Amino acid sequence: MKAKKATAASARKSAAAGIASIEELMAYAYALELEAAERYAEFADAMELHNNREVSGLFRKLARIEQRHAEQVLDEMGWTSPPETPHGGYKWEGFEAPETGDVTELHYLMQPYHALQIALHNEKRAHVFYGNLVKQASNAKVRKAAMEMEQEEAEHVRLIEEWIKRTPKPDADWSIDPDPPALAD
Amino acid sequence: MTAATTSATARATIPLTAADFKSDYKPIWCPGCGDFSVVSSFTRAFASLGLRPENTAVISGIGCSSRIPAYLTSYGFHGVHGRSLAAAAGLKLARPDLTVVVASGDGDGYSIGGNHFMHACRRNVDMTYVVMDNHVYGMTKGQPSPTTEPDWDSKLSPGGTGLRTFHPLVIALAAGANFVARGFSGDPKGTGELIAEAIKTPGFSFVEILSPCVTFRPEQREWRKAVREAPINTDDPARAARLIMTDDGFNIGILYRGHREPYYRKTDKAAKQPADLEKGFAI
Ligand SMILES: Cc1ncc(C[n+]2csc(CCOP(=O)(O)OP(=O)(O)O)c2C)c(N)n1
Ligand code: SF4
Repeated sequence: MKAKKATAASARKSAAAGIASIEELMAYAYALELEAAERYAEFADAMELHNNREVSGLFRKLARIEQRHAEQVLDEMGWTSPPETPHGGYKWEGFEAPETGDVTELHYLMQPYHALQIALHNEKRAHVFYGNLVKQASNAKVRKAAMEMEQEEAEHVRLIEEWIKRTPKPDADWSIDPDPPALAD
Repeated sequence: MTAATTSATARATIPLTAADFKSDYKPIWCPGCGDFSVVSSFTRAFASLGLRPENTAVISGIGCSSRIPAYLTSYGFHGVHGRSLAAAAGLKLARPDLTVVVASGDGDGYSIGGNHFMHACRRNVDMTYVVMDNHVYGMTKGQPSPTTEPDWDSKLSPGGTGLRTFHPLVIALAAGANFVARGFSGDPKGTGELIAEAIKTPGFSFVEILSPCVTFRPEQREWRKAVREAPINTDDPARAARLIMTDDGFNIGILYRGHREPYYRKTDKAAKQPADLEKGFAI
């Protein structure tokens, strides 16, 4: 079976248009950050199990950063517990929240540079998510708050780009394993 | 009622979250394996249905995908290669009160377990069969499976097998499964909903999950771009079969839900006891 058409989840209805209040927007923001944190923690566990400690540590750090962002949402709203999940769950444009890393992007030999590329991609998607909300929100307060969050995500993109500049680029043969998992010829 | 039983009853009524169904074991799958997300589809499904670990059993065979019971908090049985359905049917018939879910791979389920698969569909015992299909034997290092494309060239199948691929969903329909769906591991929420619907539907439910093996089939990372919502959800097996036979394998969602009566163990009191049967063989 070969992948032919690229229709995918992007065809799903955007969540952004339906957000009608600041509370709802912040519930989405909280879920977005929390899901990202949980996924990075899973990534860190997977890499740790394969003894790739450097990348595991980096994912752990990213998980902590996203967890902090989620907590900031609670603080800003004065919420003492996480907001209720809306009936039927959150409706994202793709299959998962825009800042959540794609599981299949991992590789057991990956290097910090690759992990940061994943993080960059996720921050850019979050930026687009809020950007779409700015364009589509019918409520002025939601639009204004979304604009602030779009700017925040732009700042996160910039920070990750800086981080990438300080991180060594992998050699072209980074994925070559002298003792590969496949049966040798 | 004693204080101890009161608190046990109270505990049993507290709704569990998806996280409560995760075990403390960390999966040893290759980083990037699609099966990671399937764990979360299972836990979401169990939580959404209000299941309890003590009333739920996940039975599996052998393969990377079949490791899943270890990563869940429920009863679990990591059984023999290709025989998960037989063990699960026995369990369900002996303990109809349990929710029985079976986890398998395309090698476990369609090669060595292929015959069990057909007859489980035909028998229609009330359980859910989840197959993580990556079109390869992952655990044994990349041999082709029944769903591998005929031209997949690898060290272990130079030039490809040249063999026609198996169509598990059509086989399931033809053999009598009461619920047939296809999911994608990259959509853990949607796949969790499919598993929940499969469990809710009486009879034998079959959920095939496209779950990339990034180690032996790295090109399957592209599946994310190919999957799309299935255009039908029908109770007409002929319509469902037509779609499945002609699609490119990337339509996801519920494809068929029937109305067949599940198979239950007869509990007829008048049924002969073993001692009575023995009498019939007495010389
Ligand atoms: C009776 C028996 N025959 C063969 C094997 C070797 N074996 C273990 S797993 C497996 C195939 C697993 O493939 P699949 O079910 O697709 O699972 P995956 O590892 O891809 O998730 C085979 C052939 C075995 N364990 N037992
Ligand atoms: S070999 Fe393939 S199926 Fe097995 S854990 Fe690795 S990626 Fe997953």
